[in-house]
Amino acid sequence: MSTTVDRTQTPGKADIELWLRMYKQMLRIRLFEEQVNQLYTRALMPGLAHLYIGEEAVAVGVCEALRPDDYITSTHRGHGHCLAKGASLDLMFAELLGKEAGYCKGKGGSMHIADPATGNLGANAIVGGSTGIATGAAFSAKRLGTGQVAVCFFGDGALGQGLLYEVMNMAALWKLPVIYVCENNMYNEYTHYSETTAGDIELRGPAFGVESHKVDGQDVRAVYAITQKLVERARKGDGPSILFCDTYRFHGHHVGDIAREYYRSKQEEQAWKTDRDPVTSMAKNLTALGIADSSALAKMEAEIQSEVDAAVKFAIDAPYPSADKVDHDIYA
Amino acid sequence: MPETATATRELTLAEAVREALAEEMRRDPKVFICGEDIAEAGHPFKVLTGLVNEFGTERVIDTPISEAGFTGIAVGAAMTGLKPVVDIMFGDFIGLTMDQMVNQAAKIHYMSGGKWKCPMVMRTTLGATRRSAAQHSQSLHAWLCHVPGLKVVLPSTPYDAKGLLKTAIRDENPVVFFEDKMMYKLKGPVPAEEYTIPFGVADIKREGKDITLVATSSMVQVALGAAKLLDEYDISAEVIDPRTLWPLDEKTLIESAKKTSRVIVIDEGYGRYGATAELASTIAEGAFFSLEAPVKRMGAMHVPIPFSPPLEDATVPTEKTVFEAARALCG
Repeated sequence: MSTTVDRTQTPGKADIELWLRMYKQMLRIRLFEEQVNQLYTRALMPGLAHLYIGEEAVAVGVCEALRPDDYITSTHRGHGHCLAKGASLDLMFAELLGKEAGYCKGKGGSMHIADPATGNLGANAIVGGSTGIATGAAFSAKRLGTGQVAVCFFGDGALGQGLLYEVMNMAALWKLPVIYVCENNMYNEYTHYSETTAGDIELRGPAFGVESHKVDGQDVRAVYAITQKLVERARKGDGPSILFCDTYRFHGHHVGDIAREYYRSKQEEQAWKTDRDPVTSMAKNLTALGIADSSALAKMEAEIQSEVDAAVKFAIDAPYPSADKVDHDIYA
Repeated sequence: MPETATATRELTLAEAVREALAEEMRRDPKVFICGEDIAEAGHPFKVLTGLVNEFGTERVIDTPISEAGFTGIAVGAAMTGLKPVVDIMFGDFIGLTMDQMVNQAAKIHYMSGGKWKCPMVMRTTLGATRRSAAQHSQSLHAWLCHVPGLKVVLPSTPYDAKGLLKTAIRDENPVVFFEDKMMYKLKGPVPAEEYTIPFGVADIKREGKDITLVATSSMVQVALGAAKLLDEYDISAEVIDPRTLWPLDEKTLIESAKKTSRVIVIDEGYGRYGATAELASTIAEGAFFSLEAPVKRMGAMHVPIPFSPPLEDATVPTEKTVFEAARALCG
């Protein structure tokens, strides 16, 4: 099933607030990630990071449809999910820099941000590794009658993992309130998904009796609209669903993946950046609809940028954990 | 056995496991069990017979044959307020669950800076000589001991099985609980009163002064049998069961080694890179200057467990081989 948004109706006040909020969240993620890239190139960040730039509409559209206590699981490309679910910029940066003040006291880093306060069960660096955890969280929600739903973010690469199909089978059998969100950015690391993925991916859900939808992952309003429906049916007890979001990562697999022509062309990248950027598309919509003019949007961007700058400064100034804490937190 | 136990009965190891599960499920509505053929079938080894009648299929859950999948679901359920006890029918199948145990369950507490917890139990089996061949006979507990974040329990008696399983279910961490499939019918005293057994406390199954036999799970009965044979040669053997391989009660092992000055470590896992290696090195490091001889290790031969009875029987330590090794060491 493919989903589009009805754009003929005049937006109400609630719609306008929602759209502005979603735009702002996407922009926060964009500016956060651009800063992460700079931290890497300035050699201020240990290790690598997998940037979410280009895919912001997925995380924001999905998380906007969730309650604060709903669960998410995230991926190695997870900063966007964490921020969209409510993570704060300063604690995110601190974790990325390995600082004690970070979300995980510096023990997790870029690929393992976790935060019970925002329902974030953790970003996972094993592709498809969190599909069981998200399904288990949905199992708890159903058993405990909390009305929560669980969203499992994963990429097209995870379609190659058997675990996904095992847990989808059980989610369908037991009617669990879980939504599997596949961010199809078309590349399993450095390999186009058509080389790794047989058949029609949209038929994988229905094979288990899992309702399947596809949406333009660059259109935050469309992502939000379909997610809302899927969340509603999950909360009602109608069981799991899977949502395919067509999207694109504007940067490489990680910040160090610079020379990319051997697996995708510069023309392809440029076309997505020019025509299919979720942030600039939404900005155009907001101005076209008269919701915000360019100076209002510039002001918003400047505000977020100063928030990002302050958060980076906080993280750079924050102390590292002392080495004697290395063996703390192994056991509860 | 505590001397205060008044109403002690004889239970089989299977009954002791079942009773521990039933008591914990009555105590805590968040405890549930899941696995293959565990509800109406009561598990192929009949360990769980009748639990579904008391607790229903909502809490005694038959799963598809998807070990990785239902282990992963248990990890997520444990993180979000439930207490899963996962049943992996044969220990050989833990290979299917390894990412969920090693990269997810074991690490989430640490990776999240202590924010998330994963209080789950995986029950599974070990042990050869059931004529089940290479994919249903291994003792792979050392694999899990190698991973920080997991706890590994190997009961050797019905009493220990019940007390340790109750502790495992109340623990805040992922615990892997290995039951010897050949010992399910072993009977032993189990008090009717509530009790638990703490992790990291070895049990001296038999006191002695000439040699220490450190044995785990299936090998405890083997060591006790060997100790009786040694009595006839005036060799007094002490038999110690660590009961939990992690956390490990190093002190009790080292003190016994210092007392007797000779040690054999016996475990049904593969000898190479296995539990015996860790136990032997712990003792060697802690009691080196008291030892009369190098610590001897006895484990499964480094072969896939064969089917044919004379071949299979040759792969694991027996009363006779332990007795002979002890005599040689004391000679």
